[in-house]
Amino acid sequence: MRFSIYRYDPEQDQAPRMQDYHLDVEAGDMMLLDALMLLKAEDESLTFRRSCREGVCGSDGMNINGVNGLACVTPMSSLREPVVLRPLPGLPVIRDLVVDMSQFYKQYEKARPYLINETPAPRTERLQSPEDREKLDGLYECILCGCCSTSCPSFWWNPDKFMGPAALLQAYRFIVDSRDQATEERLADLQDAYSVFRCHGIMNCVAVCPKGLNPTQAIAQIKTLMLRKSA
Amino acid sequence: MTAVVEHDFDAVIIGAGGAGLRAGLQMAQAGLRPAVVSKVFPTRSHTVSAQGGITAALGNVSEDNWHWHMFDTVKGSDYLGDQDAIEYMCRHAADVVYELEHYGLPFSRLDNGKIYQRPFGGQSRDFGGEQATRTCAAADRTGHALLHTLYQRNLMAGTTFFTEFLAVDLVKDRNGAIAGVLAIEIETGDLHFIKSRATVLATGGAGRIFASTTNALINTGDGLGMALRAGLPVQDMEMWQFHPTGIAGAGVLVTEGVRGEGGYLLNKDGERFMERYAPNAKDLASRDVVARAMAVEIREGRGCGPAGDHVLLKLDHLGADVIKSRLPGIRELAITFAHADPIEKPIPVVPTAHYMMGGVPTNVHGQVLSQDAEGGDRVVDGLYAVGECACVSVHGANRLGGNSLLDLVVFGRAAGQHVTHMLATEHVERPLGEDALDPALDRLERWNLSSGGERVEDIRNEMRRTMQNDCSVFRTEEVMQEGIQKIEALQERLRHAHLRDKSKAYNTARVEALELENLMAVAHASIVSAEARKESRGAHSRVDYPERDDENWIRHTVYFAGQPLRYRSVNMKPLTVEPFPPKKRTY
Repeated sequence: MRFSIYRYDPEQDQAPRMQDYHLDVEAGDMMLLDALMLLKAEDESLTFRRSCREGVCGSDGMNINGVNGLACVTPMSSLREPVVLRPLPGLPVIRDLVVDMSQFYKQYEKARPYLINETPAPRTERLQSPEDREKLDGLYECILCGCCSTSCPSFWWNPDKFMGPAALLQAYRFIVDSRDQATEERLADLQDAYSVFRCHGIMNCVAVCPKGLNPTQAIAQIKTLMLRKSA
Repeated sequence: MTAVVEHDFDAVIIGAGGAGLRAGLQMAQAGLRPAVVSKVFPTRSHTVSAQGGITAALGNVSEDNWHWHMFDTVKGSDYLGDQDAIEYMCRHAADVVYELEHYGLPFSRLDNGKIYQRPFGGQSRDFGGEQATRTCAAADRTGHALLHTLYQRNLMAGTTFFTEFLAVDLVKDRNGAIAGVLAIEIETGDLHFIKSRATVLATGGAGRIFASTTNALINTGDGLGMALRAGLPVQDMEMWQFHPTGIAGAGVLVTEGVRGEGGYLLNKDGERFMERYAPNAKDLASRDVVARAMAVEIREGRGCGPAGDHVLLKLDHLGADVIKSRLPGIRELAITFAHADPIEKPIPVVPTAHYMMGGVPTNVHGQVLSQDAEGGDRVVDGLYAVGECACVSVHGANRLGGNSLLDLVVFGRAAGQHVTHMLATEHVERPLGEDALDPALDRLERWNLSSGGERVEDIRNEMRRTMQNDCSVFRTEEVMQEGIQKIEALQERLRHAHLRDKSKAYNTARVEALELENLMAVAHASIVSAEARKESRGAHSRVDYPERDDENWIRHTVYFAGQPLRYRSVNMKPLTVEPFPPKKRTY
């Protein structure tokens, strides 16, 4: 297996470079993350994030042969060689495949991603019909890997002002939760030219989401609610 | 002199999984200033991988009672769990689940709008009667939903996060109380001393001591390593749960909820073999019982596949609708890691190291306990432990499914409440000596000065293989004694291992070297305790001592680094109800 991997060590390198690697093992059922760990055993300076190794923690998002994805659920057998690995695009690189995700998290926080309900909590659960609960499916499963937002040209241009698909998916997850009472404030928060409306429906987010979620649809729903409100 | 940035907080919590986040939330809501230190962004903690649910006797599906839950948990623990702690957990279960719902956790729902519950292994009604339906679920992504909800709630409450900071060691004050933690900021390599009046270990498990595990790569027992280096004990470390259904080869977890929803196990003859081992509960017997039955089937030549090395988990009969709505995550994992869509084909599964029942001993407030000279409990001032890294002990020799998430939130909250009360009612000072940071700095310096020797990677692989081969589902004296020698040799080799990459910025090689020291400490504690316990109880199954020995072994093992193993009595006195005396355990 052959690889070409983006390398950058801020203490040593003036500029990033691509480094070739070679692994002399059968791909078999191996995932890309398994291969990366074998490479790291040989070159311990090779740096990437990883944790759950099963596609639920969102640590190992990276750009794989030009497409964002999670290394741990990308089978080696699905990749043409040399496998070209780069950090998620559009965010500052800390080292090798590790990016600084602060901007991404800031936008997440801007979505006020928590249930707001000022009425006193009942002694037991707040009721929610299965139909209302179903509206959260496809929204709450986000793992914050950043694959979507960093594949979005609008986010590349305005990472400080356009919230990006991941944060907007969260915004909609709380807007649509029947238990949340802050829909008006939430929509008002988004009322500017950038936060939502820089989404031009390019749908890169949908194409790359490793969980099969559809942020574009959530964004369209937010736009519809905002237009209805202003009408 | 190394530069160290200093911070001062009311409390510092190490670990941002369910337990750490619940503790932090409790303190932030009470107006304290807590800091949460985590080596990964909080939602990447291993709680995210929990699937099936959180157990509480809400009675939403059928009549239920916390006291029945308590009975099941005591029995499930094979009578090694402390009954005061088990009562505390089961009594508070409904409250903490309702709290989570109020925080916004997207539980699945029943038609009447209440929280959805599913049957799980070891659950009964009326003290050992019919199967109960007690585990509250958000599809099969309950851990993900819980972790994200708690993180979100902490954002709302204003908890301070030190994200991607690796805790190196606990710092002691002049009186031996814990006064905070020294941590590395991974991005820069800078050192930070986070001083605090209360320090909470919430670092999760250490399943990475085994070659085959459901655990995330970050589950390296950092809190246990820190406690042991601080001269504190760990308890019941021989008790490791092997989850019956890890995907063969990959080790990825398949929730017990699959069997709760009606799935079952088959051997190569197509036989539903659990009927022979547990005639009543069958596939929903306790995890230790199911895992052992599977291992026996495989060992006796009834395993599936060309190598006969796994059994099959069949669920296609549940139908596509149930699988898609109740078990969507499992379907995704099975397709990705086993190339099997469970709507059509069974999933190949094998018992896989999953959960550490042992940990740092605590009382029900999460306060860490050490021992005095007479073997009595001694509270360690300033230190708490909650969640998987702690041993309070509610799981004893075998944890029931769905009790882990419950343990996190019940005792995370309890520790938060106790810290709040302590800081409100006592004048707490932690006077530091000039050399307080030295032990932690020395540990880092050892690696920075290493100039030759073995690779961390090689020692780690050998440790994981040793634990897998010598201290797994079935254990014997001879093999474990060899295993102890091998682990001790590896410990010595690790003292001379080489860190080649000494850079500062985002040096994950250094992180992994420090993690291996923690893993090695856990591995040694585990195999030494396992060798000492000369009986079979719960997950600890001795071929040479196949029976449970209540006369001699209803006691906890207590391990201090570098000392002979000690013991501690099991609490058989619940807080208010009558004790459950040990009985023969059948399902």
